[in-house]
Amino acid sequence: MTFKDTFLNGAQGLFKPVSLTPMQKLVLRFVVVGLIYYAFATIEGMIMRIYQIEPISAIADYQYFAILTAHPLVGIFGSTYSIVFGAFLFLVPFLMKKPIWSYKLANWTFLLIALGTFVFWFAGFVSHFAPLYTLYWPLPADFSQFSPLGGTFFVLGIALVMVGTVFFVINIFKTITYTPEGWDKQPAGAMLGSALGFSGLKNLFRKKEDKKDHLVSLPVAAIARGTVDTALNAGIILFTGVLILVYLVSHLFGVDLKNTAVDALLYKNWFWWGLDLIADGLVLIFVAGTWYLLAMLITGKNLFMQNYARAALFIEMVVSWTVWSHHLLSDQAQPGFLKVLSGEMVTAFELITQGLAFFITLATLWSARPLKMSNELKFLLGGLLGFALAVPAGIMQADIGLNRILHNTQWIVGPHVHVAILVGLTMTLYSAIYILFPILTNGAKLYSQKLATFHFWAHLIGGIGMGAFMGMAGLKGMLRRTIYVNGEYNIYMVLAALCGGLLLVGFLAFFLNIVMSVGLKGVIGIFTPSKLNPKELLPVSENK
Amino acid sequence: MVDSQVVLNGQTFAYTFYAIAIILLMGWFGFKLTKEGKGKAVSSGLFYSFVGMLVILGVSLHIITYNTIPWAPMDLNRNDIKPDKSFNITVANHKFSLPSEKLMIDINDKVLFDVYSQDLTYGFGLFRQDNSMLFQMQVVPGHRNDILWQFDKPGIYTIRSTEYSGPKGANMVLKDVVVVQERKK
Repeated sequence: MTFKDTFLNGAQGLFKPVSLTPMQKLVLRFVVVGLIYYAFATIEGMIMRIYQIEPISAIADYQYFAILTAHPLVGIFGSTYSIVFGAFLFLVPFLMKKPIWSYKLANWTFLLIALGTFVFWFAGFVSHFAPLYTLYWPLPADFSQFSPLGGTFFVLGIALVMVGTVFFVINIFKTITYTPEGWDKQPAGAMLGSALGFSGLKNLFRKKEDKKDHLVSLPVAAIARGTVDTALNAGIILFTGVLILVYLVSHLFGVDLKNTAVDALLYKNWFWWGLDLIADGLVLIFVAGTWYLLAMLITGKNLFMQNYARAALFIEMVVSWTVWSHHLLSDQAQPGFLKVLSGEMVTAFELITQGLAFFITLATLWSARPLKMSNELKFLLGGLLGFALAVPAGIMQADIGLNRILHNTQWIVGPHVHVAILVGLTMTLYSAIYILFPILTNGAKLYSQKLATFHFWAHLIGGIGMGAFMGMAGLKGMLRRTIYVNGEYNIYMVLAALCGGLLLVGFLAFFLNIVMSVGLKGVIGIFTPSKLNPKELLPVSENK
Repeated sequence: MVDSQVVLNGQTFAYTFYAIAIILLMGWFGFKLTKEGKGKAVSSGLFYSFVGMLVILGVSLHIITYNTIPWAPMDLNRNDIKPDKSFNITVANHKFSLPSEKLMIDINDKVLFDVYSQDLTYGFGLFRQDNSMLFQMQVVPGHRNDILWQFDKPGIYTIRSTEYSGPKGANMVLKDVVVVQERKK
C-alpha cells in the first residue's frame, strides 16, 4: 500500500469502522478526544517550558497564568478522565460479561466531558481567568484581577465535566449491580459489598469455612473503589464551583458579597480534601487496578498475592480520605496534630499501598518468564517505574521538616507531579491502549513498530528527564507558579524544555502511528453512528 | 542550627542514589523478564520482607527528620519558645509592608516572623543571594502566620512571596532586605 492509501484506509485496510459496536465506537471516541486534549496539554506545557527560559513577548504574564490554570485541568479532565472513563465503561461490562447498564448515559459522559473541557479551556483562553486549579480563597473572587464573566463560564465548564463524571459513577455502579434482561436475579447488595471491599473485610472476622467468595473480579473491585473517590471528588468540586459561582454571578449583578465570609483556611482544607481524592485517591487506586489487570492479561496468570492486593486497594481508598493535610504542612495555622497525623503518618501509608501494588505486579510478571517485550509490557514497566520514582518523592515532601524547604518549588511539580502523571499514569494508560487496541478495533494492525518503540523511549526519557531537571531547579530554590525574568535557572529550564520537546515528538510519533493504523476514513468512521445493538459490547462473531 | 542547604544536599544525594538504583533495577528486571530462568515463583518470604521494609521506611523517615532537622521540632513547639526578636509584617494588594527598611538580625538569634494578610493567600519565603531557598510558609488571610527561625551564619536574604496570588504576585520580591550579622559586642 502507498503512504497515501495507508493514511486514508489504515494499515493493510484492516480497520473497518462499520464492524464496530456502539460501545466500541464510544470508547474509541473517548480515546480520540482524550488524545486531542493530551495534545492541548502538551503544547501548553511546551509554551510554559519556553516561557520559563525567557518570557515570550507575544504572551503577557496574565496569559501565561491562564495557560497555567488550564493546563492541568485539560490534562486531568479532558485527557485522563476521557481515556480512563472510556476504558472503564468498556472494561466493567467486558470483565463481568454483561451489557453496560446505560449506553445513553455513557454517551452523555463522553459529550459532557468533551464539551465541558472545551468550555473552561476557551473561557480561560479568552478571559484569562487564572486562579489556578488550587483556587485559594478568595482569589477566584478577586475581581480586580479576573473577569467575573470569564470566571462564570470557566466554572460552568468544570461543572459540565463533573456532571459527566457523576453519570460515569452511576453507570459503573449500576453496571456492577443490575440484572440484565433474561438473567437470574443478581445479588446487587452482595456484589456492591464485594466491589467495595466490605465482604473481604467481613471475611477477616469469619471462620475459614464461613468465608465468602469474592463476587466481582479484582480489576472490577479496583474500578469500583476508585469510583467512590471519583464520586466524592465530583461532589466537592461541584459544591466549590457553586460557591464560587455565587460570588461571580452576584458581582455581575452589581452585588459584592463579602469574601471574608468564607474562612480561607477552612476552605483550603475542604478543597484539598476533595482534590486529593484525585491525586492520592482515584489515580492510585485506578492505576493499581490497571496494573493488576494488565499483568494478568499479559501473563495469562492469576495475580500474585491477590487477597493482599484487594486489601491494599481497600486501605488505599480509606487512606485517600485522610491524607489531605500534607498539602497544608506550610500553613502555620493548620493544627499540629493534623500535620503529623494526616500530613505525615497517614500519607506514609501510600508508600506501603503503592509499594505493594508495585511488587505484586512485578511478581506476577516474573512468574510468567520468558515474556515477549511487547508494547503493552514495556509501557507497563515504564508506568511502574514512574510511580516508583514519584511516590517516594511525594513522601519526602510530605514531611514537616523537608516541606519547609520544598513546598511550592519546582521539586513538587517536577519529580513528583509530572513524573507521576507523565511517566507513571500516562505510560500505564498507553499500555492499556496498546492491549485494548486490537479488541476495540476488531483486529486492526499497528502501522509501525519502530514508531511505537521510538514513542516509548522518547516518552520515558523525556518524562523522567523533564521531571529531574525541574527537580534540580527546585532544590536550588526555583518556585512553581511564578515567572523568572533574569534567567536565574536557565541551565535547568533549557534541559527541561529539551526533554519536554522529546515528549512532544514522542506523542506526535504515537499519534501518527494510530492515525496510520486506522486511517483517516477510520477516524471519521469512529464518529459515525453504529448500526449494531448497543447492548453488544463486541460484535457477535468476536464474542464467540 | 543546621543550614537548610545542608539538608537539601543530603536530600539531593539520597534521592539521586535511589533514582539511579530503581532505574537500573527496572532495566535489569525488564531484561530478565524476556529470558528463561530458574525459579519462576516469587517466595512469600520476599513479599513479607518487602512489606516490612516499606513499613520501616515510611515510619522512620519522619522520626529521623524530626530528630535531625532542627527547625521541625522548633516549628511544632514554637508557641512555647520565646523568640529573641520578632517582626510583624503585613501583606495587602500584593505588597509586603515591613516594620523597617531592612530587617536586622544577630547570628544565633531565634527570630519570629509574624505575617498577616489583609486580602489574599500569599507566601512568605527567605532566599539566599544565589536564589536558593532558606525557608518559606503560607500566608493565609484571617489567620496567624508565624514562623520561628534561628540564623546560624551571616547573610543577606531576599523576601519573596512563595504562593500564587494572581499574575501580580510574581512581582512580590523585596531584594536583600533581611540582613544577618555578627552580634555586636
